[in-house]
Amino acid sequence: MRKPIMLGMATALTLTVSAFAVTADTVKIAFIDPLSGPFAGTGVNGLHQYEFAAEELVNKKGGVLDGDMFEIVAFDNKISPKESLIQLQVAIDQGIRYIAQGNSSGVANALTEAIQKHNRRNPDDRVLFLNYSAVDPALTNDKCNFWHFRFDANADIKMDALTDVIAKDEAIEKVYIIGQDYSFGKAVAAAAVRFIGEKRPDIEIVGNELHPIGKVKDFTPYSRKIMASGADAIITGNWGADMLGLGKSVLENGYEGPIFTYYAAADGITAAFGETGEGSLRLVAEGQINPPASDAAAAYYEAFKAKYPDGNISQARITNVIEMLAKAINEAGTATDVIPVAYALEGMEHESLWGGSVKMREVDHQLIQDVHIHAHTGSDVTFDYDNSGFGIRVEETVTMAAMDSETSCQMRRP
Amino acid sequence: MDLILVNLIDGLVTGLLLFMLSAGLTLIFSMMGVLNFAHASFYMLGAYFAFQISIALGFWMGLLLAPLIVGVMGAGVERYGLRRVHQYGHVPELIFTFGLALLIEELVQFVWGKNQMPYEAPEILQFTAFAIAGNSIPAYKIFMIFISVIIFIGLLWVLTRTRVGMIIQAALTYPKTVEALGHNVPLIFMGVFGVGTALAGVAGVIAGPVLGTFPGMAFVLGSIVFVTIVIGGLGSLWGALVASLLIGWMTTFAKAYNLRMEDLLTWIGFTKPEVLWDSAWRDLWTITSPQIADILPYILMVLILIFRPYGLFGKRDA
Repeated sequence: MRKPIMLGMATALTLTVSAFAVTADTVKIAFIDPLSGPFAGTGVNGLHQYEFAAEELVNKKGGVLDGDMFEIVAFDNKISPKESLIQLQVAIDQGIRYIAQGNSSGVANALTEAIQKHNRRNPDDRVLFLNYSAVDPALTNDKCNFWHFRFDANADIKMDALTDVIAKDEAIEKVYIIGQDYSFGKAVAAAAVRFIGEKRPDIEIVGNELHPIGKVKDFTPYSRKIMASGADAIITGNWGADMLGLGKSVLENGYEGPIFTYYAAADGITAAFGETGEGSLRLVAEGQINPPASDAAAAYYEAFKAKYPDGNISQARITNVIEMLAKAINEAGTATDVIPVAYALEGMEHESLWGGSVKMREVDHQLIQDVHIHAHTGSDVTFDYDNSGFGIRVEETVTMAAMDSETSCQMRRP
Repeated sequence: MDLILVNLIDGLVTGLLLFMLSAGLTLIFSMMGVLNFAHASFYMLGAYFAFQISIALGFWMGLLLAPLIVGVMGAGVERYGLRRVHQYGHVPELIFTFGLALLIEELVQFVWGKNQMPYEAPEILQFTAFAIAGNSIPAYKIFMIFISVIIFIGLLWVLTRTRVGMIIQAALTYPKTVEALGHNVPLIFMGVFGVGTALAGVAGVIAGPVLGTFPGMAFVLGSIVFVTIVIGGLGSLWGALVASLLIGWMTTFAKAYNLRMEDLLTWIGFTKPEVLWDSAWRDLWTITSPQIADILPYILMVLILIFRPYGLFGKRDA
């Protein structure tokens, strides 16, 4: 009896020691996003993109500082703000300094508030919030803080780019806005009304409505209304099953104009649209996948596909997060004190792997970058989504979108 | 006027789809006396099986085989699961079906992943049947109506005109007596359960391409099916049909027309508060019919439970 226990304890001891030895040389990044439940597909795919980016872009190049390696530690928040705060605490207790989260602005709002409080009360173990996807404009406006950095273009910036394209198209006279009934859907609708009013006051907004999120079984009645309104263009911020349901329904019921979307790609949506979406679906996003911006981008994508044959690089910005963080840590000379790292991130300019340069704006920590209007298409796509033969290809680009846009952010720096 | 016709057709499609789900459930309900929470999960399985079969053998084989597989699974669940649990009373049965629903959802995610499946209507049906004032009616919808009507007529005929149907109806109401007459009642129950789940499977097969094939599809439709059979009256096929169509049309029309609560309230004689944003009744005044379309069936259910607890077509002792 006694021997195995001794043996076990000895092993445990060695393990802890070696674990300590490892932690000393790793920079851990907590990835807090849904890894179970209805949005797990998006979460897991995001996690793979993080792990791959950390491995390819940092660890294989010798890491940061004196060979410290990046490690992504995954936490499942079930897309609930409450659960996210628990996971945040667990991550902080494990000594993690960098928190990456993206899915749902509701979660991001809760996290940014909690992190601000935590950093004020615990100056010894402050953390940084790397928001790579939550696009609620408030996060870099009223609710901005020094610890939060947003790497995606926010909903207003995207809408600005989208309405530039709409304004140029003389054929569009009537626009229908439809979205999910929650903060993001409302933000999209408000931004659309505002920008269209500024850029093309002659465009008539023939419909502006919200539907319950994730509860609509059949979008047919909505598409009938859209058809009846005589709309030439549809704008929607829908994602997931709501995006697919709405898009398929309007196209099936005879709509032929463009559908301007934020999230109508990857995670099965591209495959499910397939041929039907050709010519109609437009998507506003950063990160150029097709045509590949450079050989390096193509090689990176190919290597990703080799490792995850069923995966997609649907959030190109993740490489910016990883590369810019690595750069900031090197510049600051430390990975444990996040204040110099945050100052290094502020104002940082960076050449994105996906083409174009990006800049982390000091005033509100919003990454300013090229925003593209993509088309869902089956022709000329080097890298398709969902292995379906269909993918998104850049049609138009707004360089350094909304560079001088206003912000109500009043940041207090430590 | 044209739009009314279009909405009537759309509502009919929604209603008939709902009917195929509720027809099986209402039979099972009257047999077991408890809700089968896993019913909508069999609908989901139908869609996924059909998708998988359609890749290899085409849509039509999927339509034929998937409901059969689902029906056999359903019968198996009754024979080896529910029948054993039955002796412990209704609550364990309820919990069993609830657990089964969770299990099936996890299983589906395990096998097919969490993404939407590219399950498409067959190419032969991918055209516009006809158009009314610019609103096209896809041929697939006509096909859905066609299938549902055939199933309704077939079920009605079997249940009311054949010997098998008579025995089933008798077994649902007086199982002891039927058993005493020499019929194998457990076998009948298993058969009814199998056919009921197979019907849900058919609904899944034909709804999958339209409403999307994804792990949440059972959840989205699950609760509304219960509402349907409560409104229609437990165990009544006609009730299930009428309630399904009622719900289909009600939700379709509520979504298709922007009726505003504001208009209704002013019509009744209330005056709109001057400063609406500060009013306690702000939410009530700003409601539009599309926003509440999906809860209308629930309101109807509550009303039915108050004024006619046995449902539209139900019998008092059912």
